[in-house]
Amino acid sequence: MIGLDIAFWILAVVAIVAALAVVLLRDIFRAAISMILCFLTVAGIYVTLSADFLAAVQVLIYVGAISVLIILAIMLTREVQRGSPSNKLRIPAFIVAVLFLGAVSFALLNTPWQVSAELPVEPTTAALATRLFGENGYILPVEIAAVLLLAAILGAIVLVREK
Amino acid sequence: MSVGLEHYLILSAILFSIGLYGALVKRSAIVILMSIEIMLVAVSIAMVAFSRYIVPLLLTGQVFVIFIMVVAAAEAAVGLAIIIAIYRSRETIDATKIDLMKW
Repeated sequence: MIGLDIAFWILAVVAIVAALAVVLLRDIFRAAISMILCFLTVAGIYVTLSADFLAAVQVLIYVGAISVLIILAIMLTREVQRGSPSNKLRIPAFIVAVLFLGAVSFALLNTPWQVSAELPVEPTTAALATRLFGENGYILPVEIAAVLLLAAILGAIVLVREK
Repeated sequence: MSVGLEHYLILSAILFSIGLYGALVKRSAIVILMSIEIMLVAVSIAMVAFSRYIVPLLLTGQVFVIFIMVVAAAEAAVGLAIIIAIYRSRETIDATKIDLMKW
């Protein structure tokens, strides 16, 4: 377990530093690269939570697909020269974010969570499939998710089509 | 002190706050979208942590994270399509200058 603890602390620090780099760096392309690093460390955090399937999917979808899409959009819009400036709300937004963090931390540290002593299911792929497609599962949300993806694909195509 | 549920929840809250700050402050629409993705990922960490520590045999939180990923992918595709459409017509994606519908 000590190995898992060390892994958690390293991954947590790298994830927070990478997320801070996304919002603080001037160069938008470097911000996108550090966002990819943040997603990769989150995949590692899923591994420490014994969610192996989700870690693989995180790498595939976030690191593979969404990051490529965002970098493509940066390239298409000539954003790199303009950098990543802030608007006038920097100090109020900082106060809002810190207040939010304080409120949420206070709430979750004062809640008596009923932590279960049982060991988690491993590997999770087959168990997740049973939960999604089995009896009393989530088959209706799966179908709705398919419709949502289709609508998103059609919407994206219609929006970027040349008139 | 061993790492427990609270550590993961605090990490999730910190990442969410960073994403919130970025989404409120940044002028470039692409960076705002990146901040929103960080917020979604932060919520996913909280979901997986709840799933691991509170209902380790049911995996409910992990099922939720799969749907969060579906929605995040759809959101990124449509959001970037909107950004590119705006860039084509207005030559900028500065969120403070896209104020046609501002009252």
